[in-house]
Amino acid sequence: MSLQENQTTLEVQPRDNAKIKKIWKIAGILLFVTAIEFVFAFTMPRGILLYSIFIGLTLVKAGYIMMEFMHLKDEAKTLFWSIMIPLIFLVWLIIALMKEGSEIFMLRW
Amino acid sequence: MSATTTAIATSSKRGVWGGGNEPLKASYGKLMMWFFLLSDIFTFAAFLITYAAIRMSYPAYAGPSDKFIGSNEYWPVPEMVFDAIPFFHGAHIPLLFVGIMTFILIMSSVTMVLAVEAGHRYDRNDVVKWMLWTLLGGITFLSCQAWEWGHFIHGTPGGSLLTYVNENARLVTETVFGANLTVNEYGPAAFAQLFFFITGFHGFHVTIGVVLLFIAFYQAAVGVYERRGHYEMIEKIGLYWHFVDLVWVFVFTFFYLI
Repeated sequence: MSLQENQTTLEVQPRDNAKIKKIWKIAGILLFVTAIEFVFAFTMPRGILLYSIFIGLTLVKAGYIMMEFMHLKDEAKTLFWSIMIPLIFLVWLIIALMKEGSEIFMLRW
Repeated sequence: MSATTTAIATSSKRGVWGGGNEPLKASYGKLMMWFFLLSDIFTFAAFLITYAAIRMSYPAYAGPSDKFIGSNEYWPVPEMVFDAIPFFHGAHIPLLFVGIMTFILIMSSVTMVLAVEAGHRYDRNDVVKWMLWTLLGGITFLSCQAWEWGHFIHGTPGGSLLTYVNENARLVTETVFGANLTVNEYGPAAFAQLFFFITGFHGFHVTIGVVLLFIAFYQAAVGVYERRGHYEMIEKIGLYWHFVDLVWVFVFTFFYLI
């Protein structure tokens, strides 16, 4: 985006309908995935399989929001990776605390 | 100024040290917003991972969902806890209300992208229109959350018979209605504590977001951004607002679905 600091009135550019259509398409995908989650919540028995599906679909939604709505994929690659790589630390935190939780469970019950 | 300064500013091929360039091809404000959001991701991740760890340290409810009775002996089934919607008192409609809340927040995220897109085109009318929709979405979501909290705190007419250590450090057995930070009718004390902290911290973010959205809406409407020559503030607030939506997607899955 060019910064036109000293200009007082801005020329309105015409709507790019393809772009707007894409935004609505992604909105449709997000709502559809949420609807699927609902269907699974009431039709499938609780268990590891259902939880894996939920987490998978959540990551799909998170991907669309970060990449499309927040335009992260259009940023410079260095910025992209400086946001994504630190998130790897979370993987260990998840593993460590899930293990911790189940150990406490074994001790208590 | 000395001749050397001028030489650096004009003659260098890349001009990295001459100033006037943007690291990572993003403006200062956007870059800082991204790094703030990264730190906020860690905060929310800490909350949700704590939820997972504490949940795993309790036995899961083993019986069929529809026979569920609240007890502090096992972790509750979310669809049996969050089963109320406004105006339908006593009806058992699991997860519908939280589904509506999710819909509202996703839609307000969509209108936010449309506002950002309009900002790229310097279209003041469109920016104002979509910012207003986003603002309405945010306020509606907060109102829903207020109702949800109210219902959670007041509880069901029947309550649950629980044995627990009360605030005077006495072991008591009594019928408990609703929830507070000491005891709740749905499950272990940690269940309500985590509910209040996780959804509360998210709601706090939404509240801040609504304030920011209102400021941006007002400034766009009176032409501050038009005079400034760009609508970058809409983009930065948009990043924050999408983040709030992103967090809700995770809260929805881990708190309400699993």
